[in-house]
Amino acid sequence: MSLPERIIDWFGRQGWEPHPHQLELFKAQDDTLLIAPTGGGKTLAGFLPTLADLMEGPHQGMHTVYVSPLKALTHDIARNLSRPVADLGLDIRIEDRTGDTGAARRARQRVDPPQILLTTPESLALMLSYPEAPRIFANLKRVVIDEIHALAESKRGDQLMLGLARLRNLAPGLQVAALSATVEDPGALAEYLGGARIVLADPGPAPDIAMLDTAQPPPWAGGGGRYAARDVMAAIEVARLTLVFINTRAQAELFFQALWDVNDRNLPIGLHHGSLSREVRTRVEAAMAAGELRAVVATGSLDLGIDWGDVDLVIQVGAPKNVKRLVQRIGRANHRYNAPSRARIVPANRFEVIECTAALQAVAAGDLDGEGRGPVAKWGGLDVLCQQILLTACAGPFDPAALFAEFRSAGPYGALSRAQFDDCLDFVATGGYALRAYDRWQRLVERGGLWQLRDPRAARMIRMNIGTITDTETLKVRRRHGGAPLGEIEESFAATLTAGDTFLIGGQTVRYDRLRDMVVEVTPKPSRSPKIAVFSGTKLATSTQLSARVLDLIGDPAKWASLPGETRDWLALQREISVLPQPGTLTCESFQRAGMHYFCAYSFAGRNANQTLGLLLTRRMEEAGLGPLGFVATDYALLIWSMDPVTDPAPFLTSESLHAGLEDWLAENAVMKRSFRNVATVAGLLHRNLPGQRKSGRQATFSSDIIYDTLRRHDPEHLLLRLTRVEAMRGLVDFGRIEEMLAARPLIVHATPPHVTPLAAPLLLEVGKVPIAGLGEDRLMAEEAARMMAEAGLAA
Amino acid sequence: MADHPFCFAGRDFVARPSGALYWPAEGMLILSDLHLGKSQRMARRGGTLLPPFETRETLDRLAAEIQAIRPALLALLGDIFDDDAAGQALPAPERAQFDSLLSTQQSFLVAGNHDGGSGAPLLRHSGLQLRHIAAPGQGPDISGHYHPKARIAGRSRAAFLVGRDHLILPAFGHYTGGLRHDHPSLQALVPNGIAILTGQRALAIPLRYTG
Repeated sequence: MSLPERIIDWFGRQGWEPHPHQLELFKAQDDTLLIAPTGGGKTLAGFLPTLADLMEGPHQGMHTVYVSPLKALTHDIARNLSRPVADLGLDIRIEDRTGDTGAARRARQRVDPPQILLTTPESLALMLSYPEAPRIFANLKRVVIDEIHALAESKRGDQLMLGLARLRNLAPGLQVAALSATVEDPGALAEYLGGARIVLADPGPAPDIAMLDTAQPPPWAGGGGRYAARDVMAAIEVARLTLVFINTRAQAELFFQALWDVNDRNLPIGLHHGSLSREVRTRVEAAMAAGELRAVVATGSLDLGIDWGDVDLVIQVGAPKNVKRLVQRIGRANHRYNAPSRARIVPANRFEVIECTAALQAVAAGDLDGEGRGPVAKWGGLDVLCQQILLTACAGPFDPAALFAEFRSAGPYGALSRAQFDDCLDFVATGGYALRAYDRWQRLVERGGLWQLRDPRAARMIRMNIGTITDTETLKVRRRHGGAPLGEIEESFAATLTAGDTFLIGGQTVRYDRLRDMVVEVTPKPSRSPKIAVFSGTKLATSTQLSARVLDLIGDPAKWASLPGETRDWLALQREISVLPQPGTLTCESFQRAGMHYFCAYSFAGRNANQTLGLLLTRRMEEAGLGPLGFVATDYALLIWSMDPVTDPAPFLTSESLHAGLEDWLAENAVMKRSFRNVATVAGLLHRNLPGQRKSGRQATFSSDIIYDTLRRHDPEHLLLRLTRVEAMRGLVDFGRIEEMLAARPLIVHATPPHVTPLAAPLLLEVGKVPIAGLGEDRLMAEEAARMMAEAGLAA
Repeated sequence: MADHPFCFAGRDFVARPSGALYWPAEGMLILSDLHLGKSQRMARRGGTLLPPFETRETLDRLAAEIQAIRPALLALLGDIFDDDAAGQALPAPERAQFDSLLSTQQSFLVAGNHDGGSGAPLLRHSGLQLRHIAAPGQGPDISGHYHPKARIAGRSRAAFLVGRDHLILPAFGHYTGGLRHDHPSLQALVPNGIAILTGQRALAIPLRYTG
């Protein structure tokens, strides 16, 4: 089958020619996974078969569902599709449906669905939970999944795959086209989809990517990259439109301010990150699309494939942490197929010089890496499955055997066992408590072999809690005397503020006045140095593959030629005074400084794993009476200071020794509680804080910590606790990477240099030091309380 | 030492870390908002199925308080059960435990908004009023109802609020959310004074409002 004349003509009128991969997708009769670089006309490739099909004649009901991870993308696609649809004279409706879609329109879509529906995984799950779902989707021919590589990395992908399995049941013969940016393992992604033929597009010319030349070498520690503001400004001045990527929101705020300090020509430069309000972000996006900006400083919020017009330069400030992310970001530059992308990297400190060098070598070698829970999870989350069971019950009574079969047909649940399924069903129906059952008040009941909601009114609450995104709770920030919201900050950060504190948001310094109706009220306060500059955000850990490259580069002087002179000198000095970390060994150092004993382990296991290693090691040191006082963890190393020296680290650094403390420590750990909250929310035990409920306050929310503690005491083997342990080990705690590291580097090298070493010195300057308990939460609180009472002139 | 002694309406009281109030001069232990049967009530309404262990937890904590203080009088300031049906559906062992705890000493029950009808609307004792909801302008009184909580060093805890006219108790029940001490309705009742946080130990902090 070849493209219809009218479509070929349409291409011709645009001055385009169809790409080979667009034609291949058009011809496909089976499910496909298209891997193409940004700018390769991916989305159009996904829609061409739909357009051709709809040209042949009218279609009853919905023809194609398009799913993307971002609401913003669905708006973009609606706009981009409207042009060919109008040009081709198609009489069809294209509508989006997201959390922002109004109630009236949503209701109409259920009765009279559009031919093409653009939606997100969550909104699709919601539609599938309605009793009329079988009718809405009965005539569905195609599903187009955009940015599948991003979805597959989280539980949102799991939910979508379960939804897809349902759609395949409702509309037999359904054809799926999934679109992905460049990934390391297309095969795994195809499996995730439940099987699909892989179509690889021509990757285009190699990118022009290098380190940015800076007037000064980077500082020894820190992550802001402010030393390079003037050099970045110079690069912006000679480019048409520059995207400046930076790893965290706080760093983006600070770098944005640093850029404006040297913006002598007053070029229009914008800021874009996830903590800014929707209005602010939309404004920046629109200004960018309209060509009104010369540069945008952004975090990951701009990471996914929105059409960014004329970007011709990408600058990455700070090490990219992950090669795949870097490649996908470079893809933003020169968004025209067949023109090389231009990108420059700015390492934030000396260690990052090495990391950036290693990342550049990986890009050149085409060696990508996975991230998060691995490129593609081998099995989907069971908490997602619990939610799916509830949603299925919202749509109507179901037969458990049929539902089990349907779940098994979803890629990430191919290995699901009947016992696991029954566990989930039992939890959803009865709570799954070992010691006591809700006999009369089950959530689901079985009648005549079919399971259904005991109280159909419960469906409303279940639907309100749909989805798998369990972001940290945030509070809106607003100017005190009205005005548009400035953005959002995390609740935990807000809790640390007292009236008068100043912090940065949206590129301006504001003063915290008060918290009122769950809104942080502030007054703008022009000042160059906010009192509190940072609000916590997710810290990315360097990927395993990139860490290995870094270690390899450091350990082999023959490869140092690719490094700048001052970095070579630094490493040479390290070799002279102590030893160089090398692949296959776990290098440690013990030295003394200012009366304190320091122990440094060059684990190269990533920040999260090193943080966990720090907590576990200091526990063992506490038991051994070494008096650990604190530690700091980076992506590469862990530095612990203590009263007494570590003379032989080997006994501490065994998998068994670390495992011994893990379970106890984990149970009490905040990381575990956070994992529990996520799992319990997704599985439907805890409700999200809904806007209406938050205002009324009292009794609306339970502390998930209390639920967690209660379960641990009364029912320690409960399904949700088991899932929590799995999730904490895999994700936040990253214990797997510690074990991997110990296994990959069995040889422990322990040097005892006379003083602080060149590699360890930057660690002493790192922020984010963790004091060791012994202090204890209660003592901390008591001291604070005593201080406040004294300050207020009250006797404690 | 984990207790916090304080003065309210010219009388000496002790705030217990558990959220119970002790009035030594009268030998009276005062608690509020046990909300027994909460998980069951939520389940009955088709909501989530919380771990059904909170009634046992709450009663065990009440038993521990009675054991530690050995009061002559016990006063429960309302919302003892999450609702009447929850009270009636209390499993036999827990009902027996509750009854035996009440009969260990003389006990007074004040009616709350969740207890449809059982208990007295108001208890007058030694010149003070004990009621479920603080009555503006009619203090000094001791009450519950609001489940106040307060925050320090980034941690939020259930708290006593002690002002000039009103002493408001935290909820003693296990699954009870809270209302921040700076919520307008609580600020109006206790515009200044102290909050005493519960937890490992009772911690007093001054109430400060800006703006």
